[in-house]
Amino acid sequence: MKLVKFCLLLALMVTFVGAVNVKAQDGGEGLTIGFSQIGSESAWRTSFTDAVKAEAEARGINLLFSDAQQQQENQIAAMRAWIAQGDVDAIILAPVVESGWDDVLQEAQDAGIPVVIVDRNVDSDPSLYVTRVSSDFVHEGRLAAAWLVQATSGQCNIVELQGTVGSAAANDRMTGFNEVIALFPGMQIIASETGDFVRAQGKQVMESFLSSEDPANICAVWAHNDDMAIGAIEAIKEAGLVPGTDILVVSVDAIPDIFDSLDAGEANATVELSPFMGGPAFDAVVATLNGEELPKWIPVAGKLYTNRADYDADHQ
Amino acid sequence: MVEMEKQVLTPVNENKPQRATNFKWRNIFRGDNRALWTILALIIILLVDRMVSPTFFTVRMVNGRLTGSLINTLDGAAPIMLLSIGMTLVIATKGVDLSVGAVMAICAAVSAVLINRHEAGSDNILYYPGFVIAIAILVGALCGLWNGILVALFDIQPIIATLILMVAGRGIAQMITDGQSPTYTDETLAYMGQGTIFGMPFPVYVAAIALVVVYLLVRRTALGLLIESVGINAKASHYTGVNATVIKLFVYIISGICAAIAGLIVAGENTYADPHTAGLWSELDAIVAVVIGGTLLSGGRFSLVLSALGALIIQSLRIGLYISDLHPNANLVVKAIVILLVLLLQSKEFKQAVGRLFKPVLKLRAVFK
Repeated sequence: MKLVKFCLLLALMVTFVGAVNVKAQDGGEGLTIGFSQIGSESAWRTSFTDAVKAEAEARGINLLFSDAQQQQENQIAAMRAWIAQGDVDAIILAPVVESGWDDVLQEAQDAGIPVVIVDRNVDSDPSLYVTRVSSDFVHEGRLAAAWLVQATSGQCNIVELQGTVGSAAANDRMTGFNEVIALFPGMQIIASETGDFVRAQGKQVMESFLSSEDPANICAVWAHNDDMAIGAIEAIKEAGLVPGTDILVVSVDAIPDIFDSLDAGEANATVELSPFMGGPAFDAVVATLNGEELPKWIPVAGKLYTNRADYDADHQ
Repeated sequence: MVEMEKQVLTPVNENKPQRATNFKWRNIFRGDNRALWTILALIIILLVDRMVSPTFFTVRMVNGRLTGSLINTLDGAAPIMLLSIGMTLVIATKGVDLSVGAVMAICAAVSAVLINRHEAGSDNILYYPGFVIAIAILVGALCGLWNGILVALFDIQPIIATLILMVAGRGIAQMITDGQSPTYTDETLAYMGQGTIFGMPFPVYVAAIALVVVYLLVRRTALGLLIESVGINAKASHYTGVNATVIKLFVYIISGICAAIAGLIVAGENTYADPHTAGLWSELDAIVAVVIGGTLLSGGRFSLVLSALGALIIQSLRIGLYISDLHPNANLVVKAIVILLVLLLQSKEFKQAVGRLFKPVLKLRAVFK
């Protein structure tokens, strides 16, 4: 009798595992996944949303999309609704803030619904979610620095336009950039100020640098995002210098506008902040449904581009 | 001595509209010396800037354009100055306009979207640069009218009435640009932010002209007096025949127009309208500029010129922080402390308290003598 019971149990388990295997095959065809997005506060955010939707469609995933309009309450409400209805196989969450996710993540875990975090971080215990898929800001900073080191043979006085003070993107890009230039005694940052990731502020700060420093002494501007770099380019032009030649311009994001500057020779290099996080996130969902163990962080590393043609070739 | 007698004869009455703070050079060293302290604060901050950066006052001509930190300060202060002109009038009526930053974003968005149609080859005359500027200013006036209607006709508290447009305005701007941040190449609109006359940036002229025009409008007519009387006691002024509704509508419309022009300048500087960041938090800069200029948030007497100086103080402080070696983390704290110091400089109570603090010391010295 015991043996029969054991066999039944085994059979049940095999069917169960088998079912899961059928469900989560390939790219996740036939899965239903809830995606809670922060909102549409920037062009980058919009392209991120579009990229996730396109990826889901290409994979045959049924994506339930919820726009939280910058409100954590909306995100939690959407997740609770998905958990209550029980019709999603997994949830992808792009959290608007870091804290306050413990309860809802616990509820999802209790309901057996895996949650993958994308983009920004959460401060919850890592056991409450499968993994986090996000850009590697440190890598972006290193890549930008490496390009600049090579372009100037390790001799350059840099002015830095920082992002919003205290933001992870600003802190980590700075860390990565400084790590690399520390290897070259000829590379130094002679002025640094925040431009809040905003174009107008980037221009104002760059204007100040050009007035307070000797412009001939500035070899390059390193901006934590493209918008500030574009603002700086305006300021350099107004100061009667040639951006991209007299003063090199390197930044991060790869927004469409920067490619106009790159192709005009006014900017020199940009590191892509990849909006293509849908693919790795869906891969993580499939892997976890198949019972695989995943690292708690899956970095998405952007590439460095110096012209539009290379970028287009990579994103057809 | 003569001064003191005068003071006794005509005691300062807070509840009476008066032109005492109306900025006059000869009044600086006597009577109400608020102007003196505002000017002193500006001079001190500029001198500190000069200590931070030895080239602060250096102005050079590059490609027909004056450059230098001082010019940057004037250029950057222009939008704040414009906002503070409208804000001064609004605050004088005991109101406040929190929506000016959002109105900047709306008008920048309108101008960028319309001029893009012109650049796309549309022949519609409404998309010509001159008309685009006019339409953007009209939109600003309408935003002001909306605020004015809520405040004057529906008697909603100004802080709430204008908060509505502050919050909704960026959404409206995003709807206008379809969620994008459009760029344009039109030279006329770019001139609003980047142009120069005799090397001086165009925005500086715009702010100066706006200041003179509004100053003449309110001080060479009875309008300024009526605005002050509405701010001090709306009911009393109503019984004396002042139409408070019209006055309030007027000041909010002026504020909207000023915001629209500031929006055009900010957009023109980068030939780009970003609904998310254009004019972000600038309503706070404008309010602080007005307060530094000595206009009370409780309404009443106001000074446009001192508000404009307040805007210059804020911008020279900001530029000083940019060129200092201070870590950006410290910016906001330093800014807050300096503004606090400026306000303390102007506070009669604070100066008296400091005086009292030193009294025991003086007494002690007398004892030991």
